[in-house]
Amino acid sequence: MARDTQAALVALNRFGFGARGGASGDLINASSDPRGFVKAELARPNGVLLEAPGLQSTPQLGQAVFAYQDQVKQAREAAKAAAPAETPPAAPTELRRNPSLNAAATEIAGQMAEAKPADNAARPDAMQPNAAAPPAAKPAPQPLNVIQKTFRAEALARLQRATLAECGFTERLVAFWSNHFCISASKGELARIWAGAFEREAIRPHVLGRFPDMLRAVEQHPAMLFFLDNQQSLGPDSRAGQNRKRGLNENLAREIMELHTLGVGGGYTQGDVTSLARIITGWTFAGRQGQLGSPGSFVFSVNAHQPGPQVLLGRSYEATGLAQGEAALADLARHPSTANFIATKFVRHFVADDPPPTLVARLRDVFVKSDGDLKALAMALVDSDEAWKAPLTKMRSPYDFLVASGRLLAQVPEDPSRYLSGLNLLGQPLWSPPGPNGFPDTNAAWAAPEGIKLRLDIAAQIGARLGNNIDPLDLLEFAAADAASIETRRTIERAESRQQALALLLMSPEMQRR
Amino acid sequence: MIDCVENRLLTSRRGLLLGGASFAAWAYLPKFARAADGRDPRLIVVILRGALDGLSTVGPIGDPDYAGLHGSIALTADGAHPAIMLDSFFALHPAMPEFARMYRDRHAAVIHAVATPYRDRSHFDGQDVLESGFVGPGRVQSGWLNRALEALPRGERVSSGLAVGPTTPLVLRGNAPTVGWAPVALPQADDDTAMRLMELYRHRDPALASALSQGLQLDKAASGDDMKATRGNAVAQMRQVARGAAKLMAADDGPRIAALAFDGWDTHANEGGPVGRLAFLLGGLDGALAEFESGLGDRWRETVVVVATEFGRTARINGTDGTDHGTGTIALLAGGAVKGGRVIADWPGLKLANLHEARDLKPTTDLRSVIKGVLQDRFGLSDRVLAETVFPDSASARPMKGLVA
Repeated sequence: MARDTQAALVALNRFGFGARGGASGDLINASSDPRGFVKAELARPNGVLLEAPGLQSTPQLGQAVFAYQDQVKQAREAAKAAAPAETPPAAPTELRRNPSLNAAATEIAGQMAEAKPADNAARPDAMQPNAAAPPAAKPAPQPLNVIQKTFRAEALARLQRATLAECGFTERLVAFWSNHFCISASKGELARIWAGAFEREAIRPHVLGRFPDMLRAVEQHPAMLFFLDNQQSLGPDSRAGQNRKRGLNENLAREIMELHTLGVGGGYTQGDVTSLARIITGWTFAGRQGQLGSPGSFVFSVNAHQPGPQVLLGRSYEATGLAQGEAALADLARHPSTANFIATKFVRHFVADDPPPTLVARLRDVFVKSDGDLKALAMALVDSDEAWKAPLTKMRSPYDFLVASGRLLAQVPEDPSRYLSGLNLLGQPLWSPPGPNGFPDTNAAWAAPEGIKLRLDIAAQIGARLGNNIDPLDLLEFAAADAASIETRRTIERAESRQQALALLLMSPEMQRR
Repeated sequence: MIDCVENRLLTSRRGLLLGGASFAAWAYLPKFARAADGRDPRLIVVILRGALDGLSTVGPIGDPDYAGLHGSIALTADGAHPAIMLDSFFALHPAMPEFARMYRDRHAAVIHAVATPYRDRSHFDGQDVLESGFVGPGRVQSGWLNRALEALPRGERVSSGLAVGPTTPLVLRGNAPTVGWAPVALPQADDDTAMRLMELYRHRDPALASALSQGLQLDKAASGDDMKATRGNAVAQMRQVARGAAKLMAADDGPRIAALAFDGWDTHANEGGPVGRLAFLLGGLDGALAEFESGLGDRWRETVVVVATEFGRTARINGTDGTDHGTGTIALLAGGAVKGGRVIADWPGLKLANLHEARDLKPTTDLRSVIKGVLQDRFGLSDRVLAETVFPDSASARPMKGLVA
C-alpha cells in the first residue's frame, strides 16, 4: 500500500497527540491508512472511559473534603484551647498574605465557598506557619492533603492515558469537550478535588455519545454547580429564598447559554438569562449534613426552586420541578445557534484558527440531523477533505506539547509533577483556565514570545535529563520520517550533543505545529 | 478576516527579521523622547479581567441609596475597617492604602461612572471592546494600544510595547511589534541551543523565529537579582509581575509602554466588603501600583498607570452577597504625571430611576474619553488619529482634558 507520511502527520498530530516512539510503529501504521488509523480508536467500546484504581466518585470525594475540613478545624480549635494567649487573632489581611501557592488559589475561592468567618479554620492557609499554628504545623515540608493527592492522581491517570493512547484522537476529544465545559480547580477545595471526577463522569461517557446528554450531565454535576455558584442560587419566591432572604445568582445560567450552547450573540436576552437562572434554582449538591441526599451528590432541592412556569427564548416551561430545567436544556441543545457554535469551535480546534465555512456548515448539519451525535460529528470531520488538506499551522497548546514530547520519548509518567509545573509555567494550568470560557484555541495565544522561550527552556531541561539515552535521529524517524524538513534534519544532525539535539527536535516546527 | 490580519502580522514580523532588527529588537529599542520638551513619558495599562465592582472599590457613601443597594458588602466610613475618604462623597476601599497615599500626594485619580461603549454583559465581548477599542465586539485582532504605538511618528520614537505575561493581551496585539516577558522559574536553555533553534526557525517558521527572538531578548533584560519566579500567593504574583515590568521599563532603552492583565474580579458570590475576596484582590492591585512606583524610580514622575475593566457590576447585591454583571464602574489613574487628588464623576445617582436598565450604575463618562485624554497629553496624538484609528468611530467621545500634568 502506498505510504503517505504527510497524511500520517495529519492523523497523528492534528487528530491525535503525536507519534509514540519506541516500537509503536505509529507513523508507519498511520501512513498506510491515515483515516482508518484515526477512526480505529472511535470503534473501541468504552474506549473513552477512564477507570483507574483509587479514583473515586464525586460524592466520595466531596465527603473526603468535608472530613478534611472538619479535621483542620478541630486541630485549630484544639490549638486555640491549648494556648489562648499565644494566638492573637491575626488580622484577616495578615492571614491572607502568606498562603502557599495552591493555598492562595484555594484561598480566594474559599471566600466564595465558605460564608462564615469561623470557616477560616477550614482553609489550608490556616496550616501555614504564620497563621495561628496548630502543634503539627512546622515550617518543614507538609505532607500532601487529600485534595492535593486526589488532584495529582487524577492528573496522572489522564496523562498516562494520553501518553499510551494509540492515536490520541479520543483523548483529544476529551480535552476539547473538557475545555468547552470547563470548570476551574482554583475555585476552591471542592473544585480541585472534583476536577478529574467531573471529566470522568460528565464528559467522557458522552464524548462519543450525544451532546444533549453531555450538557445535562455537565450542568447537573456538583463541580459545575459549585464552579458557577448555582448551589447558592435560590428562587426568590421559593421557601428557602423567603426564609433566608437570599435569591438568584445568574452565573451558571448565563454561561450555559453564552459558553455551553448558543454562544454569545446566539439570540438570547438578559431576560432569558434571568429566566434560565430561575428555572435551574434548586439544582445543587447535598452538603456535609446530607439533609438532601448523600453529601456531595447532585440533588434537586424543591425548597430552593422558584415556583411557577417560566418563559425562555419565547417558549413556556411548566412548573415541573427538575424536569423544567431538563426540558430547557434539551431545547437549548437543539437550538440552531448551538449547532453553529459547536461546529465552529470544533473546526477551529481541529483545522484552522479561521475555520473553513463549508466544513463548518457540513458539521453543523450533521449535528442538527443526528440530534447532537458527537461520534457522527467526529466521523464527519475525519471524512472531510478540508481536515486533511489544510496545512499544519496550528500551534500545539502547552498540554499538547508536553504530551506529544512524552509520547515520542516513550516516557509514561509515574509522577505528574513535571507536567503540572510545566503547564503552570506555560500558562495552561491543568483544569484551571482563567475564566469559564476555557483556554484559548488560537495561535495568537500559544505562539507568543514568552511562551516560546519558556518552551525552549523546558525542552532544554528534557534534553538534559533524557538526551543521554536516545538517538535523536531515530526519534525524528518516529516523529516525522521523510516528512521532516531538511533544515530540521540538519539542525539535529549538527547539534553539539544528544541533549542539545533532543531539545532542538522537541522545538522543531514538526513538533510544534499540528 | 483572521487570516488576513495574521498574514499582515506575519509580514510585518518577517520584515523586521529581514531588516536584521528582530533578534536585537530589545537592545536597539530607540529612546523615546519628545524632542520639543525632552519629556520621556511612560504608560502602563492594567486590565482587570472579570469586571471590577467599582461601587465596592470607590464607594459613593454620600449617596443615600448606596448602603441599601450594596447591602452587606457596602463600604462605610466607620466600623472595624473604615473606608478611606477621598472627598466628602466618595470613599476608597481600605485594602488600598498605597493608592490612598498617591491620591493624597495628588498622583492618583479616580474616574467614576465610566464605561466602554459596550452595553451587553458578556465578559469576553466586553473585554474585546475594552481592549480592541472598537465600538462593538468582533473578531478583531488588534488593540487600541498597539494602534496608538503605530500612530506615533517614526524615527526617534519607541517602536515596541511590552506585553507582560505568558500571552500578549489583545490591547497590545497588532502590527506594531511588541515584546513579551513573564517571570521564569526554570534553568534556561543555553545561548548556543537558542541560536541554533533561531537559525532553524528563520528558515522554516518565521513566525516562531520572531516570537523566539523577542522572548530571548526580554528574558535577558529582565533577569537579575530577584526576578526568578518564587512560590507565592496571588498578591505576591501581582507584585512580582509589576516589579519585573517596572524594571524593564526603568531602563534607558526599555519599552515606554506596557500592558498587563490581572484575572479574578468576577465576584458573583460572597464578594466581601472591607475584608474578603475583593479586598484580597484589591490589596494585590495596590501592591502592584506600589511596585511600579518604586521600580520606576525617577521615571515614576513621567509615568501614568491606567487601570480599567470591561464593565461594572450590579448596583444591588444579588442573592448570594455578590454582584452580577453590570455596566458603569471606575477607572483608576496613578503615577507621578497624573493630575490627581480628585474623583472625576458626573454622578448619575443610585435612585432606581437613575440606574441603567434599573440595575446598573449608569455610565456618564466614556472610558475612551479618559484613555484618549491620557494618550493625547502623553504622546501628542491628534484628535483625528484618536477618533479614527486608535478608537474607531469615537469622535463623540472627546478626549478628556487635564488628566495629566
